[in-house]
Amino acid sequence: MTVLALNGVGKRFGGIQALTDVSLAVPEGRIVGVIGPNGAGKTTLFNVITGAYRASTGDVLLAGSDITQWPSHRIMRSGIARTFQNIRLFASMTVWEHLLVAQPRTGGLWRSVLPIGWTDAEARKRAEDALVFFGLERYRNVIARTLPYGIQRKVEMARALTAQPKLLLLDEPVAGMNAEEADDLRALFHRLNERGLSILLIEHDMPFVMSLCHHLYVLNFGVLIGEGTPEVVRNDPVVLDAYLGTEAA
Amino acid sequence: MSTYYAGLFADIGILFLGAMSVYIILATGQLSLGNAGFMGIGAYLASYLTVEWHWPLTAALIVAALAAALIGVIVGFPALRLKGIYLAIATLGFGEMVRSFLLNFDRMGGSGGFHGMKHVSLETIWLWAGGIFVLIVLLERSRLWLEMRAVHDDEIAANLVGLNTTATKVGAFGFGAAVAAVSGGLFAHHYVYIEPANFGFERSIDFVLAVILGGSTVGPGALIGAGLLVLLPEWLRVLADWRLAAFGVLLVLVLLTRRQGILDKPLLNRLTFRGMRA
Ligand SMILES: Nc1ncnc2c1ncn2[C@@H]1O[C@H](COP(=O)(O)OP(=O)(O)OP(=O)(O)O)[C@@H](O)[C@H]1O
Ligand SMILES: [Mg+2]
Repeated sequence: MTVLALNGVGKRFGGIQALTDVSLAVPEGRIVGVIGPNGAGKTTLFNVITGAYRASTGDVLLAGSDITQWPSHRIMRSGIARTFQNIRLFASMTVWEHLLVAQPRTGGLWRSVLPIGWTDAEARKRAEDALVFFGLERYRNVIARTLPYGIQRKVEMARALTAQPKLLLLDEPVAGMNAEEADDLRALFHRLNERGLSILLIEHDMPFVMSLCHHLYVLNFGVLIGEGTPEVVRNDPVVLDAYLGTEAA
Repeated sequence: MSTYYAGLFADIGILFLGAMSVYIILATGQLSLGNAGFMGIGAYLASYLTVEWHWPLTAALIVAALAAALIGVIVGFPALRLKGIYLAIATLGFGEMVRSFLLNFDRMGGSGGFHGMKHVSLETIWLWAGGIFVLIVLLERSRLWLEMRAVHDDEIAANLVGLNTTATKVGAFGFGAAVAAVSGGLFAHHYVYIEPANFGFERSIDFVLAVILGGSTVGPGALIGAGLLVLLPEWLRVLADWRLAAFGVLLVLVLLTRRQGILDKPLLNRLTFRGMRA
């Protein structure tokens, strides 16, 4: 089954054509990567998928439903969660609060006006699990924005997971992390994937992408110029010329 | 209690409610300078119901609050397109609109004002203020409040973690308007006479001032602010003509040293010993 499919998606900002006729698919249970040079349109792709921007052309299908015109909050309640390239944590919130705020409401408006400590045992359990999964226990009551960069990234991922997505969008999850931290994250992503989570990720770190993803798409100036397994992409002359070659050189 | 202090405490209770009405809306990152408008709606509607229809005050206040909430939601929608000072100015415009409507509303006295209400006791004022305060303190520990804070901190991110920011912001306007209306209904039945000038721009500013001074990040800040705003000018009476200037200087000093207002979370935790448990 296909979790996410883009058909001929285009996005224009005034004079800039950021995406042109992009079609891609994320099959259920797969880890799919999007690579490409700076300004290729990768983040724009995420913004179109999540409804932050409206596609100028084409459509976005989530588990078969056309979500192209849906408001963001509806899309994000339908099985997608994301992180941001420029980390977006809530300035006033502790780590613990981040792990509660994105969860779907259980029991409707009525329950949501009562103190969380009184009613929402399920939500607290889920937050606790995410806290443990990312090893964030010691930061529970710390204002998330005051933490080191790498920890903040983990808080963002944990927040995304508490929304119980079927598909996780990660925008440069290991940017600014050292090799050891990146290895840790790779292991975490594998574990999530084994539990059935599909992942679409953007990343510049080639060894990381190559070792994690089942399938890759290569974007250049808003156009898909290649796709395939990591081996195929690694040896595609067009891709090498546009992107990988410059990195390898 | 002497009538002097009873009067001051009534003023504090009424201002406390008004400050809470601003606090609720501010919790979603929206500054309203028009809450005196909602207060005026509550004052006039509740007075009409008790005087003309002989309703009990409680019922009149509840209906006034619900009506104001509806108007708050209606005002909240255009407010969605505005932020920061633009929103502040638009809400200010709304407040002035209500005031000029009341001025021309001859059915209830127009500029001549309206009277005939029965005087409400100090206890009743504080029962309402205290009750709504407890509601807010509980709400501050809820999912809904967390969502309001998310909208306050980063609206785009809030939307992209699945929160309906529109409903949150409009709902906050509705709730805030309801609380302002209760403040107005009690004001009307405390002074037993109202006129449109009671619900002008200065009143809206007082509400905001109480929140900013007392502490805009925690509910009890509204209480501290309302208390100080009423009592300080009284205590400074010895300074005669200079008292308002002295009050202004104090205000600036507080804000320079504590931008978040007098009360904030760390201080509140220390005062309630919650910090020691953690
Ligand atoms: N909101 C916007 N308004 C105007 N132009 C935009 C906007 N967002 C992105 N762009 C433009 O679209 C193009 C693609 O940007 P995008 O951020 O998607 O690139 P990217 O592949 O994520 O790059 P990077 O690797 O640097 O993160 C760029 O030319 C950018 O300037
Ligand atoms: Mg990007």
